[in-house]
Amino acid sequence: MFSFGDIMSEAFVLILNWDRNLSEIVALSLRVTLSAVFLSCLIGLPLGALVGAFRFPGRGILTVLLNALMGLPPVVVGLFVYLMLSASGPLGPLQLLYTPLAMIIAQTILVTPIVAALTKQVVEDLHGEYAEQFASMGLRAYDRIAALLWDARYSLMTVALAGFGRAVAEVGAVLIVGGNINHVTRVMTTTIALETSKGNLELALALGVLLLSIAVIVNAVVMALRASAVRAAYA
Amino acid sequence: MRDTVMDMIPAQVATSAALLEARNLSFEAGGKRLIDGVSLTIREGSRTLIMGANGAGKSLLLRLLHGLLPPSAGQVLWRGATPDHTARRAQSMVFQRPVMLRRSVLANLNFALSMHGVRGAQRATEAGRALDMAGLTDLARHPARVLSGGEQQRLALARALIGQPHLLFLDEPTSSLDPASTQMIESLIDAAHARGVTIVMVTHDMGQARRMGDEVIFLHAGQVAETGPLDQVLRHPRSEAARAWTEGRLYTNSTL
Ligand SMILES: Nc1ncnc2c1ncn2[C@@H]1O[C@H](COP(=O)(O)OP(=O)(O)OP(=O)(O)O)[C@@H](O)[C@H]1O
Ligand SMILES: [Mg+2]
Repeated sequence: MFSFGDIMSEAFVLILNWDRNLSEIVALSLRVTLSAVFLSCLIGLPLGALVGAFRFPGRGILTVLLNALMGLPPVVVGLFVYLMLSASGPLGPLQLLYTPLAMIIAQTILVTPIVAALTKQVVEDLHGEYAEQFASMGLRAYDRIAALLWDARYSLMTVALAGFGRAVAEVGAVLIVGGNINHVTRVMTTTIALETSKGNLELALALGVLLLSIAVIVNAVVMALRASAVRAAYA
Repeated sequence: MRDTVMDMIPAQVATSAALLEARNLSFEAGGKRLIDGVSLTIREGSRTLIMGANGAGKSLLLRLLHGLLPPSAGQVLWRGATPDHTARRAQSMVFQRPVMLRRSVLANLNFALSMHGVRGAQRATEAGRALDMAGLTDLARHPARVLSGGEQQRLALARALIGQPHLLFLDEPTSSLDPASTQMIESLIDAAHARGVTIVMVTHDMGQARRMGDEVIFLHAGQVAETGPLDQVLRHPRSEAARAWTEGRLYTNSTL
């Protein structure tokens, strides 16, 4: 039998004796997650703004779809990307399966609907205020979207944060398309799953503590940035 | 002396070309006809006041004329033709509740300038001039949304004038302002008018009407009750709605 206290202290020893293995895993986690969040924002912000600020045929369906996709089961996304990227799949020739890029693709698919749906909400509210002024000024669609995204940027930081939270904690999809290969596609969540099943609880717990710390730090930094920026210049 | 001046302006205006026309304009919403068969002409260089009780449809009429709402029936003509994008660029509007971007005072002006294609050094110069004109130079870096009501109105007006519009719509620009702020707004409007900007303004203020108006369009329950030169409408109103108004009697939409 194990004692929780013992494992906890051993986990902290592991963290304090920070080694190559640990930094490799944490670094890959951050690289994959941040890339996925970046790509999701690249697609999701304008998409969400478009749906939030304009009426067009199919807007209702798109909204329902985005909201539904927010709750996509990661393993289903993993399976889908796996089928696309596997040797016999349509993107097989690219040989991306079991690479960090495959993991980035899977996470981008997971996070984009979250970013888009939340952006839509934020932009729709702001557009309610601005719409008549913009119409009066005769703004083109592109200028409207740019102005709305810019003026909503502090709220949108929180949106990106929600996407980050989803991506960094996700395990099912990256496990399927990344394969949890040592030194290649091993990230914090997949390592925790693997090491726990192997009974290597100290390492699993150490990574768990790190994952939690990263989530807390990232949130704190973004919130502080947001608060000080809002205080400094905008009401 | 004052009467001669007042009499001359409408005559002079009446000879200028029609800038904006409404033909049998109607607007329905929620099963109600809120604007009902309004026809009017705004002449180039004129100052037209739209007056009438709360809920008469003044703000709606401005929105229809400015092209922010599609009419249910009838049409708006800009220089005799269907308004196109040049019409939109040649008009601007100050809303009853000014809409401020969540940016600084200066950034609000810069935004309007950029949208008119003014950038770089010229933008800085023009924004500086607009700030100065509106007496907002000291507040340039403040968030626009924390300005007082009067300051916001001045900013909204300065921003509306930035693209050098031909036609300026004003929806009760001084309704909640003190005399000093009202005077600032009025002198900004006067200056714009002196540069040739056509003014269409909603007001409830009789004194302001006398100071700022050439023509009056008196609305009652979505219809034009009376229209004519300011002096005539305010001194010798023919319609019951306008007469009640000038005599200070209560005369509500339901009285008709
Ligand atoms: N989009 C709309 N849908 C339904 N009713 C509307 C709409 N817009 C305005 N109304 C109604 O139309 C009437 C006229 O409104 P409007 O804002 O034009 O009045 P107003 O003459 O500007 O009044 P005030 O002096 O109070 O500003 C009001 O009864 C208002 O409730
Ligand atoms: Mg009104």
